[in-house]
Amino acid sequence: MSVKDNTENGPPQTVPIQSETFSNPINAEIRRAAATGIYDIRGGGAKRRVPHFDDLLFLGASVSRYPLEGYRERCDTKVTLGTRFAKKPIELDIPITIAGMSFGALSGRAKEALGRGASAAGTSTTTGDGGMTPEERGHSSKLVYQYLPSRYGMNPDDLRKADAIEIVVGQGAKPGGGGMLLGQKISDRVAEMRNLPKGIDQRSACRHPDWTGPDDLEIKILELREITAWEKPIYVKVGGTRPYYDTALAVKAGADVVVLDGMQGGTAATQDVFIEHVGLPTLACIRPAVQALQDLGVHREVQLIVSGGIRTGADVAKAMALGADAVAVGTAALIALGDNDPRWESEYQKLGTTTGAYDDWHEGMDPAGITTQDPELQLRLDPVDAGRRLRNYLNVMTLEAQTIARACGHNDLHNLEPEDLCALTMEAAAMARVPLAGTEWWPGKSGSGF
Amino acid sequence: MQTYDLEAEGLRGLNASLHAQSEQTSQTNWEVVNPKGSHAIAVGLDAPIEVSVQGSTGYYCAGMNKQATVHVKGSVGPGVAENMMSGLVKVEGDASQYAGATGHGGLLVIKGNASSRCGISMKGIDIVVHGNIGHMSAFMAQSGNLVVCGDAGDALGDSIYEARLFVRGSVKSLGADCVEKEMRPEHIELLRDLLARAESDAKPEEFKRYGSSRQLYNFNIDNAY
Repeated sequence: MSVKDNTENGPPQTVPIQSETFSNPINAEIRRAAATGIYDIRGGGAKRRVPHFDDLLFLGASVSRYPLEGYRERCDTKVTLGTRFAKKPIELDIPITIAGMSFGALSGRAKEALGRGASAAGTSTTTGDGGMTPEERGHSSKLVYQYLPSRYGMNPDDLRKADAIEIVVGQGAKPGGGGMLLGQKISDRVAEMRNLPKGIDQRSACRHPDWTGPDDLEIKILELREITAWEKPIYVKVGGTRPYYDTALAVKAGADVVVLDGMQGGTAATQDVFIEHVGLPTLACIRPAVQALQDLGVHREVQLIVSGGIRTGADVAKAMALGADAVAVGTAALIALGDNDPRWESEYQKLGTTTGAYDDWHEGMDPAGITTQDPELQLRLDPVDAGRRLRNYLNVMTLEAQTIARACGHNDLHNLEPEDLCALTMEAAAMARVPLAGTEWWPGKSGSGF
Repeated sequence: MQTYDLEAEGLRGLNASLHAQSEQTSQTNWEVVNPKGSHAIAVGLDAPIEVSVQGSTGYYCAGMNKQATVHVKGSVGPGVAENMMSGLVKVEGDASQYAGATGHGGLLVIKGNASSRCGISMKGIDIVVHGNIGHMSAFMAQSGNLVVCGDAGDALGDSIYEARLFVRGSVKSLGADCVEKEMRPEHIELLRDLLARAESDAKPEEFKRYGSSRQLYNFNIDNAY
């Protein structure tokens, strides 16, 4: 009998079948849009399934290669960023940095916790739209100062206090788009730092106000170097869309470091349609960017930081095996602080969501007290405890990456290489340019016949 | 008077020398000769010194200036006095795009004309242009005053916040959310002071004031297009 037949209560009938195209979440969004007339805004990065580091596996050592002892033998993790032109490059103990997140999007206590955790782990943290706060500078042993289109809070004193400068051209969650901080989060302090009235929606421009294109960028970098006496490493951050050309142009403009952010990289707030439908998966960005650096003869001289969906030491190791010098974590760092923690489940439900799915960071009602400017909610986050959790998490990721590197026979994370990897899917093989598991070919490989 | 030959001695040496001046410096007067359109001249200054540039400059002259007076006896390229914090930047000739972009304070005077996007994202700076300004000037201007003794191009003050715009001549068109506003006595006084400091003989009463109608301050689907 067909599963569609039902003869117990009368003539056979078909059972209800949900459309894959018009699924319940899609239909709910259509109804929400029809009722409100406003596009959906949320925080975070792409939630859709895309080829990712999970689609890669490491090939541990065996007869053809020998491994290093997991706990005894040395496996270096240090990385120096900004060796190309800066007089004072940044030296980090681990190749995992904290991505740019603004005071405004995050509470001051959350920024403090990020600084504490990163500093304890021997790495850097990064400002965001809205400028540099004293708490952040004070608790961050290495602080990267973002130079954004809005220039909110930008001033030469803070520029000189920074350990590096990151010129933000774009980010993975919204390449081509500007920032957004809705009025609910514009407290007196946030408004003052941004020279804007309290309570208004603050839009950050999608492109810089005083330069357009790579030739101008070169002159802008010259200006920033002159202001800071050529001491600070200058990063250029781009959202992953055309990674080969964007990387090449950033190098041509004089960047010390290229930061490449894939579509799983988070944002404080933007349109859901932007997050889910613009940009490339992180996995697809790395090899073209590395290719650009290699073609220009500057791989390792210009460092590459990859971000967007880095969660584990395995992700760190895979990004580095594909050619990155370091990675950056944003969303994962917030989770380590306490974002989306099950202890707040009853409150998430009051907000119409659940643990793990909470992404209305722009509304400023975060039960975990992280993505908020509410004075009472902020107090829920202890910056010392949260910083300790972040330190632990960064340490675990480093240990995991070292474990994998040693198993592959490497005494430095930077010695990981594409030959250590294989792919579980055709898509991942094509994007990462590593063989499909059990084969020696990948789509697009020269001579592969594909 | 310290004289610095930019062509002979190079940009790094110039900015390093100017950065080395402190509040108590006795070397308060500097003359830069042979600028020849170089970029990033006298950027990031932070001392009460006077720098005279004998000729035209490239991009970002006097960028992020604090305290200093920079006098350009020629024209300037894009982004003059960008993100200025305080002090005075005076240009005898014309200015290219983005003059005074994102400036937080101080006074920028342009004796000639300014190109497009003059005062873009300004955050407290005062800008006085003796001539005309180009299109999209004062885009997303947050605070401060932009005074134009001549005409303004298309889309003046698009998406403006709380900056005040004063134009003596014609305005080709106003940008989104920018409207003409009443000139009250306090605006006349403000304008009189700015014009005097900018060495302009224009009369405050001849100007019209423009600013935000504040309709775009919070998202409203009816404002989307």
